[in-house]
Amino acid sequence: MSTSSSSQAVLVLLRRDLTLAFRHRSEMFTPLFFFILVTALFPMSIGAERSLLQNIGPGVIWVAALLAALLSLESMFRSDYEDGSLEQMLLTPQPLSLLVLGKILAHWLRTGLPLVLLAPLVGFQYYLAGETLITMMLALLLGTPVLSLLGAIGAALTLGVRGGGMLLSLLILPLYIPILVYGAGAVAASATQSLPAQPFLLLLGAFLILAMVLTPVATAAALRISLG
Amino acid sequence: MIAEFFSMGGFGFYIWTSFGLTFLLMLAEILYLRQQRRTNLKRIQRISRMNARSDS
Amino acid sequence: MIPWFALAAGVPTVFGLYWGFFETPDILSQQKEYYRIIFVHVPAAWMSMWLYLVLVGWAVLGLIYNTRLSFVMAAAVAPTGALFTGIALLTGVLWGKTSWGTWWDWDPRLTSELILFFIYAGYMALQSAIEDSYRADRASALLAIVGLFCIPLIYWSINCPDPTQCAALHARSSLSAIETNILIALWTMVFAFWMYSFAVIFVRVRNIILERERNSTWVSKLVGGDPS
Repeated sequence: MSTSSSSQAVLVLLRRDLTLAFRHRSEMFTPLFFFILVTALFPMSIGAERSLLQNIGPGVIWVAALLAALLSLESMFRSDYEDGSLEQMLLTPQPLSLLVLGKILAHWLRTGLPLVLLAPLVGFQYYLAGETLITMMLALLLGTPVLSLLGAIGAALTLGVRGGGMLLSLLILPLYIPILVYGAGAVAASATQSLPAQPFLLLLGAFLILAMVLTPVATAAALRISLG
Repeated sequence: MIAEFFSMGGFGFYIWTSFGLTFLLMLAEILYLRQQRRTNLKRIQRISRMNARSDS
Repeated sequence: MIPWFALAAGVPTVFGLYWGFFETPDILSQQKEYYRIIFVHVPAAWMSMWLYLVLVGWAVLGLIYNTRLSFVMAAAVAPTGALFTGIALLTGVLWGKTSWGTWWDWDPRLTSELILFFIYAGYMALQSAIEDSYRADRASALLAIVGLFCIPLIYWSINCPDPTQCAALHARSSLSAIETNILIALWTMVFAFWMYSFAVIFVRVRNIILERERNSTWVSKLVGGDPS
């Protein structure tokens, strides 16, 4: 196993995934629209008072990001599972965890990153401004990959299972809680200026590194279990 | 005196509900397992009867 | 063997309760009699956590040694663990009402217990959602292991939403500082709960094996003459 062929394989995989995703552009937009829609629902139901929205903004945005991530998770492995290319991946000599990392990266690039870029628009809705918006983008930038990484485990475990989407949410949401707490905490800290946001962001960064190292292995194991 | 025991300084409701729920739930688990066992046994008997019939 | 455990569960329970009610002095004075709830609340909470560890232990054994029985043991532990989590939650709520005045307070320990309940639920849901028992066992085993990794993170994130300082509503008193009589009653109840768990889990293991092997000949022979 040469490292160059592994990284080559990952790059090929990445390019293939992104090309496929680009061909089905509309699929990319669904989670984004969902994100915007959910965040728009709260002012409608709770009231559009400025201070109220500023208070709940960080939390709402993060919960919506979580839900949007959950929505998009099923698509991570499904199409490859259905056309048999997933099985091929299991059979290649390249380490599966590396290939999985490539797939997760592709997934994040097409679902998480757009969300990060779109978030300021939603931030404006909630009267968040300036530095808070930047903190929010940073936090989401660090947090959404972890959502993809953790979610991959769930997606691999529930592959092809009836009612898998809802089950996936039930399984993964508890695991998302730390990211939610600290991600929303970062934005809230920056918004209220009561605390420095940096510790939160550092923690999120630590989560990201931890997840990048551990989750591909778990996901690979889950894939092997699901594909027998 | 016994009344005092049951009322537990006014908190009787909470304390006895706690204990009551605990034991009730445990009892429910035991009964459920019993029921499960009976269902399993019946199912197995049915299967063995079907097999016996198809063999003979 | 099972009747012995049942007996072993019944006697200490009576003993523990007796001790808890009559031997422990009303040290916290008549107004605080409700503390007696801890005689079920604390053991139940401990059981919920320890049983989860047992579950993960069997899951790991099953994945390493590929033995079906290990997975059956793990599956048998889950419902009882969930039951104790539920008891801990319900009694915790009642405790909260008496000592803090509200039914639910998002106290970190109780909230973590709630998350543990969802993790148990996820394990059982995944197991029942996958029809192939080989895949179901392994998938839920992997899930349980991932859950174990995440539980400390989840607990700390709920306990310390602000990384720079931590606070909790549960008074942090070390075990050794508690009056001996209470400790004795507590440990007796814990022992009683363990005996109960052994009894119930072994019964469940029998049930699960019967259900899984219902089409095999040895089971038909076993049941043939004895419809009890």
